[in-house]
Amino acid sequence: MPTTLTAFADVTTSDSALRRFLHGLPGVDAVGLEARAASLGTRSIKTTAKAYAIDLAISMIDLTTLEGADTPGKVRALSAKAVNPDPTDRTTPMTAAVCVYPDMVATAKAALNGADVKVASVATAFPAGRAALPVKLADTRDAVAAGADEIDMVIDRGAFLAGRYLETYELIKAVKEACVRPDGSAARLKVIFETGELSTYDNIRRASWIGMLAGADFIKTSTGKVGVNATPANTLLMLEAVRDFKAQTGIQIGVKPAGGIRTTKDAIKFLVLVNETVGEDWLSNTWFRFGASSLLNDLLMQRQKLSTGRYSGPDYVTVD
Amino acid sequence: MASLFEYAPAPESRSVVDIAPSYGLFIDGEFTDAADGKVFKTVSPSSEEVLSEVAQAGAADVDRAVKAARKAFEKWSALPGSERAKYLFRIARIIQERSRELAVLETLDNGKPIKETRDADLPLVAAHFFYYAGWADKLDHAGYGPNPRPLGVAGQVIPWNFPLLMLAWKIAPALATGNTVVLKPAETTPLSALFFADICRQAGLPKGVVNILTGYGDAGAALVEHPDVNKVAFTGSTAVGKAIARSIAGTDKKVTLELGGKGANIVFDDAPIDQAVEGIVNGIFFNQGQVCCAGSRLLVQESIHDELLDSLKRRLSTLRLGDPLDKNTDIGAINSAEQLARITALADTGEAEGAERWSPACELPSAGYWFAPTLFSNVTQAHTVARDEIFGPVLSVLTFRTPDEAVAKANNSQYGLSAGIWTEKGSRILAVANQLRAGVVWANTFNKFDPTSPFGGYKESGFGREGGRHGLEGYLDV
Amino acid sequence: MSESSTRLSVFKTYKLYVGGKFPRSESGRVYEVSDSKGKWLANAPLSSRKDARDAVVAARKAFGGWSGATAYNRGQILYRIAEMLEGRREQFVREVGEAEGLSKSKAAAVVDAAIDRWVWYAGWTDKIGQIVGGANPVAGPFFNLSTPEPTGVVTVVAPQDSSFLGLVSVIAPVIATGNTVVVIASEKAPLPALSLGEVLATSDLPGGVVNILSGKAGEMGPHLASHQDVNAIDLAGADAALAKELEIAAADNLKRVLRPQPVDDWNADPGTTRMTAFLETKTVWHPTGSLGAGGSSY
Repeated sequence: MPTTLTAFADVTTSDSALRRFLHGLPGVDAVGLEARAASLGTRSIKTTAKAYAIDLAISMIDLTTLEGADTPGKVRALSAKAVNPDPTDRTTPMTAAVCVYPDMVATAKAALNGADVKVASVATAFPAGRAALPVKLADTRDAVAAGADEIDMVIDRGAFLAGRYLETYELIKAVKEACVRPDGSAARLKVIFETGELSTYDNIRRASWIGMLAGADFIKTSTGKVGVNATPANTLLMLEAVRDFKAQTGIQIGVKPAGGIRTTKDAIKFLVLVNETVGEDWLSNTWFRFGASSLLNDLLMQRQKLSTGRYSGPDYVTVD
Repeated sequence: MASLFEYAPAPESRSVVDIAPSYGLFIDGEFTDAADGKVFKTVSPSSEEVLSEVAQAGAADVDRAVKAARKAFEKWSALPGSERAKYLFRIARIIQERSRELAVLETLDNGKPIKETRDADLPLVAAHFFYYAGWADKLDHAGYGPNPRPLGVAGQVIPWNFPLLMLAWKIAPALATGNTVVLKPAETTPLSALFFADICRQAGLPKGVVNILTGYGDAGAALVEHPDVNKVAFTGSTAVGKAIARSIAGTDKKVTLELGGKGANIVFDDAPIDQAVEGIVNGIFFNQGQVCCAGSRLLVQESIHDELLDSLKRRLSTLRLGDPLDKNTDIGAINSAEQLARITALADTGEAEGAERWSPACELPSAGYWFAPTLFSNVTQAHTVARDEIFGPVLSVLTFRTPDEAVAKANNSQYGLSAGIWTEKGSRILAVANQLRAGVVWANTFNKFDPTSPFGGYKESGFGREGGRHGLEGYLDV
Repeated sequence: MSESSTRLSVFKTYKLYVGGKFPRSESGRVYEVSDSKGKWLANAPLSSRKDARDAVVAARKAFGGWSGATAYNRGQILYRIAEMLEGRREQFVREVGEAEGLSKSKAAAVVDAAIDRWVWYAGWTDKIGQIVGGANPVAGPFFNLSTPEPTGVVTVVAPQDSSFLGLVSVIAPVIATGNTVVVIASEKAPLPALSLGEVLATSDLPGGVVNILSGKAGEMGPHLASHQDVNAIDLAGADAALAKELEIAAADNLKRVLRPQPVDDWNADPGTTRMTAFLETKTVWHPTGSLGAGGSSY
């Protein structure tokens, strides 16, 4: 299998070449896409598979707080929860990461105290992305310097919707470079498209390809700050994009739906999408994440139900 | 299939349905033995377990049922349409109430996955009764002139692929228009029609308005040929359809025939590929391909043939074949040993004629009738698998170069029931749809059904339409 | 109009009308046609099964263009037929009068009714689709449209008694919707039908849309009824025995069959059933979905 982008070298030589390429991608029929996502949602997961799915989902969570009101206390509490989600059951897996604003990275890093939970930081003038390029790059470098393991950047939806695809591509490339640490290692880059603002499925497929070509390690649906965030359909579409990209380049890219996934039932539906679309290669937190906060407690309650046989309640999981 | 994430079995409970050890014919509102006392067994095709023993109707029983229907016709046809409507609404509601029971029953008797009976068959059955219920008191406005009259006794013979749905397609418009009915379900799937008889009783439907005769082809022939039958409605094979057309020649019997097909599913190079793959899979593997309107001929533009075939194979590898009662099952059992033998023989012919056969790795259960999803590539118009209706999970892949060629190949069939078009170009959809000689054309989708949407074929796929306003015509003296 | 008693009139050789041309029967056979009192009128071609076969080929060839023409265009041509007939009204009054033993005034009424019938169907071409087709409100994100389409090549056994009005009443509805037709004219009174061919040839009607054969329905009928490239058959002029025989033969490729129906009065409102009998309903589904990825099912 080829592991090279050279086949696509011509694609990004000019705005018009990139436009031609993106507009030559297969179209997406909205009704068919949504019907497929809905049909996978009827898969029934039971017993051992369900226990496995719950633990997998917990381990895939980027436990997130992205509020203006975030304080060091809040971030420390979140970090503690990420390391030890269920104080009553130490077999509960840790979450994949905590996800915070850049100025909270150091706090989170310290609170995690070396545990195997990554610190992800949003950057590039999250969530709107409305800032000059130098500001976005400084934002990124700042987060990386503070110890961020992962950077969740936003694309410039304005540029994308205005048809400036190459500018969108160049932005991601620049941020990717800004993720490199002095020692040559780099933070993993997640590229947020804000699918709710791109509006059409065709746009989501095109944005996915821009992100993948520009070197994204993950493609991510949304910021959680707009009306429509992750949906089974847009996540399915992005899974198809990473599947096709791997088939053509050998390069594997992760997917992160974010926002709006609140229940175990929802999370399992997304795992079914992963399983049936890209298979087990993606069934780990290296390649699939949930951007979520309240989801974790629902997963924990379901986990308690499976281990005790009783339905749990909100007083038996921690409020953070 | 991912080994990390195997779905555990999720079987739907059988306890919602109570199948009696034996059933009689339903004539004049009563369950009764066949005149000659004959019975036959019905088995579950996924396990070969005997589900029940049902009465086997003969000519004498047909005569009895037609007499009952004739007797009931006088009052039923004189009933105000608004009253007939309410009976049909009652039936629709009871079907909704009992839909889980009926879905499980249908899956047991037919072998199709519970996912389909639950999400497709049963909702459509109820919707069909609701739709035609509303017509019963509005026939003056249906476009067939004032006060259109019913024909009389309708003799209806239905197949085993959608037992209850085909029953609904037949009985709902017949009753709405004021006809009475004698219906013969297929011999391999008699049970849901007998449960429907019970629903008629629960709904208080007058005796004799609906009569159900379980039995074989001889009973169907006797029904079709009965001199006091005014209307013949048949869904099934083209060969039997032709025999029926001959047998009623020179009579006044009105006839509608829904017969075979060899639907072309045309994929252009600008298609929404991921959705096209789903549509192809749905087109040929829905109900194990035992669908008269199945998209059994894939016509793919040569420029994307390899890419599409790869995608299709990858997708087929994720299909789950097995226990039809498992909610995660995509592919259930073939309905009968006879049908399995026919599919097997035709697939072997395809191979012998040089087409390239492929199936995903797929373990077939040891009991029951099973056939793995199968794909033939390098197929040409001359191959048997491109011409004959296989009525099974077997897809033939052919190529074309231009829209003209696609249309010519699609139309090159004695059948004309269904076709599919996949392209993102709107004007091409319309142009191609215009040229296809098929009664139902799905653009960027496949195998969609709705009670308001007329269904039926061109050419040897039969004549008459079922569904919608058009579906009334076959039951009215117009 | 009276001729000089010394001048010998010119007889017309009656010919078939097939594929827009006027061939004699390939068999070379003719049969005598007499008026109602037994007086010889002309020799009409006695068509063979090969003439019938040729007519089907011509009708099939014409089907694509005729069914693909706009409904407006078909209406214009049908109206043109009425115009051309009006111009040859006297000829048809004479021929119909002789064929059916009618007085001049009664024959004139029949011809006028036939002309008016073309006008009636000329107006239907672009309306029938609106009457019998339409959008179906399916329960899902789909636009679903049913439209009528012509069945294809239709064989018509024309009425035996009403040699002209009956003939027009059975072929006009077939072609109005885009079908092409092979018609077997009234056996005993074929001359108005054969003369109609001359009108059709000068009415912008593409060759092959209407093909007119004279001769024995009992001889040609079975070949047309069993012909695999004929899509439908109208048995209007067949007697009960022939109708049954042809209906059985027609089952070979499941032709649409319109059985003979008693017609008391060809002047009555024809309704739409003769058109709908030779229409297929095509239903096309299109996904509609939402405008954007955020809109529909969540």
